[in-house]
Amino acid sequence: MIAAVLSLTLLGLALGWVLGLAARYLRVENNPLHEEIQQLLPGVNCGQCGYPGCGGAAEALAASKAPVTLCPPGGPTLVRALAAKLGVAVDRASNSGPPLLAQVNEATCIGCAHCGGRCPTDAIIGAPKQIHGVIQDACIGCGLCVEVCPTECLQLRPVTPVLKNWHWPKPTLSFGV
Amino acid sequence: MKLFDFWGGVHPAGQKHLSAEQAIQVLPMPSRLHVPLQQHTGRPAVPAVKVGQTVRKGQLLGREQGGVSASVHAPTSGMIVAIGDFTAPHVSGLPLPTITLESDGEDHWLEREPPSDPFALEPEDVAARIGEAGIVGMGGANFPAAVKLSKARQAKVHTLAVNGAECEPYMTCDDRLMRERAEHIVDGIRLMLHALQAPNAVIAIEDNKPEAVASMKAACQPERHIRVVVVPSRYPAGSAKQLIQILTGLETPAGGRGTDTGVLVHNVGTAYAVHRALRQAHPLISRIITVTGGAVARPQNLEAPIGALVEDLLAFCGGAMEATSRLLMGGPMMGQPLPGTRVPIVKGTNGILALTAAEARLEATPSPCIRCGRCVEACPMGLMPLEMSKRARHDDLDGAEAFGLIDCISCGSCAYVCPSHIPLVQYFEYARGALEARQRAEQKVKETRRLLEQHQARLARVERAKAEAAARRQAEKRQAKAKVGAAA
Repeated sequence: MIAAVLSLTLLGLALGWVLGLAARYLRVENNPLHEEIQQLLPGVNCGQCGYPGCGGAAEALAASKAPVTLCPPGGPTLVRALAAKLGVAVDRASNSGPPLLAQVNEATCIGCAHCGGRCPTDAIIGAPKQIHGVIQDACIGCGLCVEVCPTECLQLRPVTPVLKNWHWPKPTLSFGV
Repeated sequence: MKLFDFWGGVHPAGQKHLSAEQAIQVLPMPSRLHVPLQQHTGRPAVPAVKVGQTVRKGQLLGREQGGVSASVHAPTSGMIVAIGDFTAPHVSGLPLPTITLESDGEDHWLEREPPSDPFALEPEDVAARIGEAGIVGMGGANFPAAVKLSKARQAKVHTLAVNGAECEPYMTCDDRLMRERAEHIVDGIRLMLHALQAPNAVIAIEDNKPEAVASMKAACQPERHIRVVVVPSRYPAGSAKQLIQILTGLETPAGGRGTDTGVLVHNVGTAYAVHRALRQAHPLISRIITVTGGAVARPQNLEAPIGALVEDLLAFCGGAMEATSRLLMGGPMMGQPLPGTRVPIVKGTNGILALTAAEARLEATPSPCIRCGRCVEACPMGLMPLEMSKRARHDDLDGAEAFGLIDCISCGSCAYVCPSHIPLVQYFEYARGALEARQRAEQKVKETRRLLEQHQARLARVERAKAEAAARRQAEKRQAKAKVGAAA
């Protein structure tokens, strides 16, 4: 009994020491930029960028393999922050269209409640077998809910303009900029 | 009284003769009124009536939400036929939540009881009654008057400047009001002074309105602490910050408020509305509006109910002629283009302006900036419009902000003098809007982070609750087993 306890304890200690040494001397150097970029990203892991989650996207950004405009939920704020961090110029043309947010078509919603569980920001409200709704202020347009909707009643649509958010467009002059 | 000068400014053609001699006429009550729930800065009012309900004149239609907000009232008696979206009097043509009232033609007032002596009321109560009446700043800023008065009293304002300058060309509504209802305005000023607990008031009127000056002077005769001051006509002398500078020589600090100088500015129309609210318990349900411009058959000054359509007003003035090339709400310098004539007038509407092509200077096509600097000379805020517009054009919003974009009062003096006809103000409005949109986006990213954290915390909580429930069930099972064992 004592021999077994002792041998296992010693074995544990010895292996632990070896692991400790390995962690110290065989450590893989992480790119610190990767960490910093991940801090900037929204962290919802929606996958709209085509990379496996925000970690993957951060890696690709750190390696300059992805454009800074890759993240739709992050919006123009993130684009500016990433451009500043990576020291690149923002290509305005690649900034695609107006932001899209999820909206429920009440006529076809069956209240299956699949969407609510996937929403990373808890923007979808509604109990099972009741019509669901999206809180527009909380939705980031990641589209995770759209994938699981069995009746396609959830869709990403451009935000309807409201007076509060309207502002004058830039004047278009014939002599250019 | 010694007057001071302000930097810049312009002298646009007054054009006030078109409507200045027309006495105020009451617009016949239209059959339908569209009262928007947001006619003020701040939070919109909440509907206090239901569709199908009959209301009396002066009854509450929308209740203020507290904080910076203002109530709206029924401009006549009748039935509520709709509560929903209606085109706002705004260039975008976007809708606002609006209460539609069908007049019954009776114009029955709600039973109301004005205080027997408003001066016996506490200052807060006076401000509260002004708030209940839904009064907002009627010079164009639309800021709830009660909030402004209370804040100014806390800031220990020593002078109330009553703005009768009316520096916008074409506009004559304040002029007519001062000529015809001077005593009521002075009474309103006394009430506002009581609410403010301030000793003095100064009524500033531009020297192009001698009749209004005479009438106000006569009304002020018994009051020694209320003085009429004639200020030289120069646009924008009627802008709050410039008016304070004319009267005191003090400049409002950048990013600050006018009350930082110890002076509070209120429009003469607001003073009149205060008089009505406290002496007759009339909420703000009508106002004086100048309908003018070269394309209007008979320019006039109308007392119109809030919620009347622009087309109703134009029809009463003989209709706008075919030649209308630009329809504005407000004056030619700061007025906003309207999306059509089927939009309601609101508490802050001082004029409807239908301009012909010649008046609107539509033939002027913009050309590149020649950096002559005339806009810098004209800017009453001491800014450099040419530098700001250049940055706005290149979407350098931070650069434009650094050049004082936020301090711009959008008076239009720079665009007025620009020999290249560059739409400078539109550049500034664009840049300001884009800046706000950027701030909203930043706020949203912050909010997303918070929601994400809460989402994860919620998942962890659910997980923990599940584990606890499972543990409890097991414990119960064990207990039951032990009991069975003991019984056996």
